[in-house]
Amino acid sequence: MSLNISLKRGLKLNLKGSPDKVYAPLQVSDEYVVKPTDFHLLTPKLVVKENDKVKAGDTLFYDKYNDKIKFSAPVSGSVKEIVRGQKRRILKVVIKADIDIKYKSFEVGNSDQLSRDQIIETMLEAGVWPFVRQRPYDIIANPKDMPKAIFISAFNSTPLSIDNDFALYGMEELFQKGINYIRKLTNGKTHLNIDGSINASTVFTSAKGVQINKFSGPHPSGNVGVQIHHIDPINKNDVVWYLDPQDVIIIARLFDQGTYDVSRIVALAGPQVKKPRYYRCISGANVSNLVLDNVKDGDNRFISGDIFSGDKIDENGSLGFYHTSVLVIEEGNKQEFLGWMLPGFNKFSTSRTFFSWLSPNKKYTLDANMHGEERAYVMTGEYEKVLPMDIYPSHLIKSIMVEDIELMEQLGIYEVAPEDFALCEFVCTSKINVQQIIRDGLDLLIKENS
Amino acid sequence: MNFFKNILNKVKPHFESGGKLENFYPAYDAFETFLFVPDHTTHSGSHIRDSIDLKRTMGTVVLALIPTILFGMWNLGYQYHAALMQDSTFMQNLIFGFWKFLPLLVVSYGVGLTVEFAFAIYRGHSVNEGYLVSGMLIPLIMPVDVPLWMLAVSVVFAVVIGKEVFGGTGMNILNPALTARAFLFFAYPSHMSGDKVWVHGATTDGYSGATILGDLAANTTKWENLVWTSKDAFLGFIPGSIGETSMIAILLGAAILIATGIGSWRIILSTFVGGYFMAYIFNLLGFNALMETPAHIHLIIGGFAFGAVFMASDPVTATQTNIGKYIYGFLIGVFAILIRIFNPAYPEGMMLAVLLMNVFAPLIDHYVIQNNIKRRLKRITV
Repeated sequence: MSLNISLKRGLKLNLKGSPDKVYAPLQVSDEYVVKPTDFHLLTPKLVVKENDKVKAGDTLFYDKYNDKIKFSAPVSGSVKEIVRGQKRRILKVVIKADIDIKYKSFEVGNSDQLSRDQIIETMLEAGVWPFVRQRPYDIIANPKDMPKAIFISAFNSTPLSIDNDFALYGMEELFQKGINYIRKLTNGKTHLNIDGSINASTVFTSAKGVQINKFSGPHPSGNVGVQIHHIDPINKNDVVWYLDPQDVIIIARLFDQGTYDVSRIVALAGPQVKKPRYYRCISGANVSNLVLDNVKDGDNRFISGDIFSGDKIDENGSLGFYHTSVLVIEEGNKQEFLGWMLPGFNKFSTSRTFFSWLSPNKKYTLDANMHGEERAYVMTGEYEKVLPMDIYPSHLIKSIMVEDIELMEQLGIYEVAPEDFALCEFVCTSKINVQQIIRDGLDLLIKENS
Repeated sequence: MNFFKNILNKVKPHFESGGKLENFYPAYDAFETFLFVPDHTTHSGSHIRDSIDLKRTMGTVVLALIPTILFGMWNLGYQYHAALMQDSTFMQNLIFGFWKFLPLLVVSYGVGLTVEFAFAIYRGHSVNEGYLVSGMLIPLIMPVDVPLWMLAVSVVFAVVIGKEVFGGTGMNILNPALTARAFLFFAYPSHMSGDKVWVHGATTDGYSGATILGDLAANTTKWENLVWTSKDAFLGFIPGSIGETSMIAILLGAAILIATGIGSWRIILSTFVGGYFMAYIFNLLGFNALMETPAHIHLIIGGFAFGAVFMASDPVTATQTNIGKYIYGFLIGVFAILIRIFNPAYPEGMMLAVLLMNVFAPLIDHYVIQNNIKRRLKRITV
């Protein structure tokens, strides 16, 4: 059975600087970084010391509270530096890469013969387990759980994000291999959700052993949280796991070749990029080679991840563990004289208070300016327009603000993750940091339920 | 532009922490952000943000009020000259009205913003833009001859008791502008009703300055026999509170509010539907002049339309759920007509209906949300 779901609510935002579908050559980075901060709530326990030699796939650190969950070096080389922050919190493990990557070898498997436990064991050992994430809470999956379903969103609806149909072109076989392992992790269904508004790539449409569902509509139709909500909503005590298509490929490589090979396709995009294109890159790579000579002058903001919920990084920062894009936009830290009174032909707004509504197909160059100060809630009904879920967003947010756990549960907090509320944050007149509030609410529940 | 920037840069050090006037920083901030959209950038979450902010929102509402303001000023002059049976030109009417309206506006903004600034400074938060709209609405729903000191007292009451005690803009339960009017209405009824207050100069001669509703409530004449026609009422050539008379100016404002997405079409529409529904039922019963007045006439006379468009749709005091908005609006319409017809003291119900439903708005939302919660619970048991 396959579902065909069409979503009305959401936001279509045309931004300048979408990546052209060409691969550009990239000088390999010689520095890679693994950041424990990429994994929410993780308390890392280090295994390596500075100057240790590591191979790609060697454990760098593990989760203090679940020592089976390991995090591996993406490349071979030596540990150059362990950067710590306040209270000696580990911020990053920096690896100076060898010219030729040496891989630690793991046992090659066969999806028919390996049991669920064996698959999980190998994934944990190699360090690919963190690619499996769970809802509720939007954290790394707990290998001891049995998820009621597994979800893979085959497409991104976020502006400037990568096109998975392009990135996984020709990888039918490898993707299917990955699916064969992943579907064994649940006793329920594995859902592969494709973009219903286009003819999706055969990589996805020919996948076997999964339920293929079609989603169409504006962003956030590609968000896995929205898809779960419409197919198999999460109730209290339910657990659902989810993965990104490129992570399926990484898992397939592990079992196929026995290597921890986290190379992936990454887009460099955004209005401040001269030639936005695709690159082959390894997770954790320093982005300085990527952005070299390809960024317009100005006060720029570099983002690892998507425009709505990615991380702000430095010009020589690194690609996040889960991220598949590096974006460059202008900071926009300038004052604007009487800006709130101007007609605003160039100002994007979902309301029609600026005259930009006269040109709906226009492509915009948005910067990181807040366009106003934080205020108490005044407007209502804004969030509902961009959240295609049967949830009352502002009431959920207010229940989190007052830390009413029972009400949060009743209003459906288990079904949401910060990224699902990113558009609410984007459209908010009162400039409330909605995603952070959702994160705080989830963290509070993790604490309560543990 | 640089001129303003230089002034701001010059005085800014005094207001920053360590400066002589650091406690007054919210006041400085209000002026700075009024002149310049701040250079703040995103720190967490979404890196890009919609261009709208509360200033733009409130500015749009003020823009939507401009047709009623202009018409209201003209009508002040027109009614005055008509009462004296003098001929007057368009500009004479407008200028007369302008000089009558300006003092009300100055007092409303002057007093209200002073209280707002004082609270912002006392509490150390930024000055909210909410009063930009309230301050404009208050004079528009007043009779022209309201004494300025009464206006000032009612504004203080509305801002302090109506809003600040609940925590300021966004937290209030009652619509501040209507709170001001209700305060005056109950404290000084002789200045807020009757037939002497709606037209300037009506007190000095034998002219009857009664509103349509006043005449109808007296139950001596029927709507058909009044001096005013439905065209007068629709265009607004009738006595009444300054902003409420012209349906056409109000509809222009409604168009702006709905088109920009600032005002909820759900509330505005369902208020009219509710009002029509109730008035139609009374038409069928028809015991007195007010009841017999055709349902569509009820919607264009008195403060009904102005209340539906500018008061009921205030997002802070209205219901917040989409379903709740239909119920809320509908009930405002129903109660406005009900009060209008059955309240012997005062032949208008919009103010009281909106205030009443303001109080019930959270309850309506509560039931709508309980429904959502039940749906979620049901899912578990199935």
